[in-house]
Amino acid sequence: MIIYDFLYNLVFSITQSAVAGDITAMVISALLPLFILVLPFALLAVWLERKVSAHMQDRLGPMRTGSHGWLQTVADVIKLLQKEDIVAAANDRTLFNIAPILVFAGSYLVFAALPFSSAYIGSNIDLGLIFIIAASGFVVAGILMAGWSSNNKYSLLGAMRSAAQIISYEIPTILVILTIIMITGTTNLRTLSEMQTGYFWNWMIFGGAGFSLSKFLFIPFMLIGFVTLFISTLAEVNRTPFDIPEAESELVSGYHTEYSGMKFAMFFMAEYANMFAVSAIVSAIFLGGYQSPFGYLGNTFGLHWLIPIEQFLWFASKGVFFVLVQMWLRWTLPRLRVDQLMALCWKYLIPIAFVNLIIIGLITVL
Amino acid sequence: MLTEFGKIFVFLLVAVIFVIALVIVAWLIRPSRPTKEKLMTYECGENPEGSPWVKFNIRFYVVALIFLIFDVEVVLLIPWALVYRQFGLGGFMVGAIFLIMLGLGMAYEWRKGDLEWERAKIIPPVIKRPVFSSKETREAEPVKSKQLV
Repeated sequence: MIIYDFLYNLVFSITQSAVAGDITAMVISALLPLFILVLPFALLAVWLERKVSAHMQDRLGPMRTGSHGWLQTVADVIKLLQKEDIVAAANDRTLFNIAPILVFAGSYLVFAALPFSSAYIGSNIDLGLIFIIAASGFVVAGILMAGWSSNNKYSLLGAMRSAAQIISYEIPTILVILTIIMITGTTNLRTLSEMQTGYFWNWMIFGGAGFSLSKFLFIPFMLIGFVTLFISTLAEVNRTPFDIPEAESELVSGYHTEYSGMKFAMFFMAEYANMFAVSAIVSAIFLGGYQSPFGYLGNTFGLHWLIPIEQFLWFASKGVFFVLVQMWLRWTLPRLRVDQLMALCWKYLIPIAFVNLIIIGLITVL
Repeated sequence: MLTEFGKIFVFLLVAVIFVIALVIVAWLIRPSRPTKEKLMTYECGENPEGSPWVKFNIRFYVVALIFLIFDVEVVLLIPWALVYRQFGLGGFMVGAIFLIMLGLGMAYEWRKGDLEWERAKIIPPVIKRPVFSSKETREAEPVKSKQLV
């Protein structure tokens, strides 16, 4: 917001043209999440994933490139850039090439509505929460396209499982988000974050801002909603316990079996971008988004320009924290079977979220 | 000024152009030496066997149908969730009745076995008195089943 206006005014004062100001400001602010968050995060997270899994299994992980292997991902990217890009003879060429674009675009669109700090949000739409659900549904089309056009049994099975899983787990996600909409009466993510300002007891997981009886009644149901949302978003990004779409031991690697080179890297990056995006959504809804739990250093020292930077750091660290939890779960829980996966969604999460919704509705009315 | 959805369109463009640019850069750098073996569909090193479009479980289709029902109903609930508090208890009851109906539908699906991943158990309707039954057939039946055993 502030960044957008700043860029707009800067270009406007140079060129005296509103169109040029708009276009430059928008393109730059649309590039910001990509180069400040997605790319560095993907580089960090791939390395972190290998390090975390190695240490959990009492190994060292990558150690050769750079100190403790921190350049490993950079080396991987350079390797992937020179890899031959094979499109097998039996593949449907057009769909095969469109699929990685769709998958990446779907996961990057989510970043458009995420409130990174009070100074920057890609697009301050009023339908933020619903837009995020819709954009993450976009990925399903890309995954099915990849599986179908690969002309490969593993890919097709993986894509089918993935689509069934993503659409099933979308329903508990929406039901929990609906409870939040009922309490706050807004679907704008920026307003939602602003509502949770102040200290950590104003976060939604502790019943939202204000001190009334309903706040304390909300707390147990908010905790249930938080756990439900975390589990269902975990399933939406196909992470382990819920990674049957790309179960290495039975399906090679699911819908991207046939992909190689840069297109494979795109699928991989979309997956890591998605991991951060769902963590950010969970923290924006329940854990105050970019709000600090203890107040700001900028306020203490009277440096007001420091606050947005602090907010961005809080937002990023909440996101990275949940990504670390996802990695931890990966090496803790075994993979679920297909029937267990569907039973967990339809027989446990949806009824729980459903009852939660009705009870919270009753509390808000009474 | 761009509208807020216009900004989202710019995000979409950035994502699409980013992927295309990277693929083109890789295309300029990478070698391309296809052979017959490389262009074969991957099947753990074996020659591909049969059609890749295997029969998949019909349950995927059922899950998609149930999802569609729920999704449409949730979309109907979102506007209600935004405004119901202005109408007090009455406003809540309107949504609650709808939610209860949704719950009943869910319970029906559950009872019919549509939520099981394995083949749904067929629950045949219980007919207390067979329509075409005489004394002979009713007595003959147990004997018949004994023969089968």
